[in-house]
Amino acid sequence: MAAVEGLFTLDSDEPRLIGGRARSRGSYFFPKSLAGSDPACLGDEIEEVLLSRTGELWSYTTGEYAPPAPYVIPGDEFEPYVVAAVRLAEENLVVLGQVVEGVSVEDLSVGMEMELVIDVLYSDEEHDYLVWKWAPVGTSENGEQ
Amino acid sequence: MDDIAILGVGMHPWGKWGRNFVEYGEKAARDALTDAEVGWDEIQFVSGANSVRCGYPGYVSASTFANALGFTGCQLASSYAACASGATALSIARAQILSGVCDVALVVGAESTPKGFFAPNAGERHEDPDWLRFHLVGATNPTYFALYARRRMELYGDTSEDFAAVKVKNSRHGVFNPNARYTKEYDVDDIANSPMVADPLRLLEICATSDGGAALVVSSLEWAASRGVDNPVRVSGISTVSPTYPNSVIELPYLASDSWAAAGDETMTFKDNIAARAYEEASVSPEDLDFAEVYDLSSAYELDWYEHIGLCERGDAAKLLRAGDTALGGRIPVNPSGGLGAFGEAVPAQAIAQVCEMVWQLRGEAGHRQVEGAKVGLSINHGMFGHGSSVICTR
Repeated sequence: MAAVEGLFTLDSDEPRLIGGRARSRGSYFFPKSLAGSDPACLGDEIEEVLLSRTGELWSYTTGEYAPPAPYVIPGDEFEPYVVAAVRLAEENLVVLGQVVEGVSVEDLSVGMEMELVIDVLYSDEEHDYLVWKWAPVGTSENGEQ
Repeated sequence: MDDIAILGVGMHPWGKWGRNFVEYGEKAARDALTDAEVGWDEIQFVSGANSVRCGYPGYVSASTFANALGFTGCQLASSYAACASGATALSIARAQILSGVCDVALVVGAESTPKGFFAPNAGERHEDPDWLRFHLVGATNPTYFALYARRRMELYGDTSEDFAAVKVKNSRHGVFNPNARYTKEYDVDDIANSPMVADPLRLLEICATSDGGAALVVSSLEWAASRGVDNPVRVSGISTVSPTYPNSVIELPYLASDSWAAAGDETMTFKDNIAARAYEEASVSPEDLDFAEVYDLSSAYELDWYEHIGLCERGDAAKLLRAGDTALGGRIPVNPSGGLGAFGEAVPAQAIAQVCEMVWQLRGEAGHRQVEGAKVGLSINHGMFGHGSSVICTR
């Protein structure tokens, strides 16, 4: 199940982020609930849209120390992870996300093509809690080429 | 905009003291009153910068500090604006003074911080970007600082050595500051040997969370003159503007930037807007500055500010740093106090502490960290959820 409902689709082949778009102005928002930061959208109808699945890597970094709650450490011990900020091709929106396991900062460079995948954020006895992550285009979900 | 006078400043030294934040604020306030030669019973208005980490007393900071000093029936206002809280409290005091509601006011902020990363409020809050970024991405504050740092490396060719050099510079300044938490002079190797936190930023390059308190006594110029103070340090501009849409930089704590698909331009960012308003209010331009106190939340973040406050063109900040222009003795010293690198951050006190440093500099009382002949200073910061601020002081 989704770690948080309503932010992304769970389509395993073509997962997408669920954003908002001001119908007449054409500006995009993610999440949709943050629509309104564009003052020209006042009174504009905000429609729900699926955002581009791919984009250019805008920047990236690592998390070398365990963040505080509400971050949930997956597994028994904290493992460092990679975070990417990707500029979506069509919407010109930079979106954060973790990078799939198996990809290190040495494998990344600004400007490279990234795609959205669905991956496990953490699990408990009942469920896998899913989230979107970024992967270099052509990389499978487990990070193998 | 008319100026107001800063009659007195006070600080409780920064550290990890683990005591009640009220102590820090009270100490800072008493020092500011002594420095101003103003009695507590003369203060007509207290403007408090709130803490969200010290329970209810932190949410009603003006009342909390007034109570610590003794209730006299003066007017109170407590406000929170993330990292801009201190400057916001000052702006409220200025408005009261310039509108004639009061003549003399006390501005106070203090905080006692937990160890480690700042964390969002408890609870399951799916609509709160601050909660979402921790839960879904594990994006801490240093995550964002590191994304900006990496961007500088890619766009402008800045190096890890440049970032380390910022910390080295600020640590040299901090050695001379009795209120700083870290007064050790670091070299480049110390930084390179400190643990990586968020690639490319290492532990010594990321601002710590600190305890501290700072206070100002401010008045109208007429009231200052009536006390025989004819040439006070003046507050000449305060900016507390919101971002302007679209801001192409992804800001704390959001999961996404604004989209500039519809609006086009990506050259003006929030940080530019904050500085622009302060310059406009003060009728001052970047060339007029003698020094600046900027929010070095990370070493690389300080370089961003050189460009956003107009010390150089976009991308040229590292050149200024390498030339020694921004070190004490250079053309335009930045963070003569030692900055957040030497202090860490005590959120509601930090913007006030920046103003304290400006006052000491403009009075020529900054000792070994004095910028010779300083007449104009600018402080600037930038916080979560679109709160940021800048103050320009002149003498």
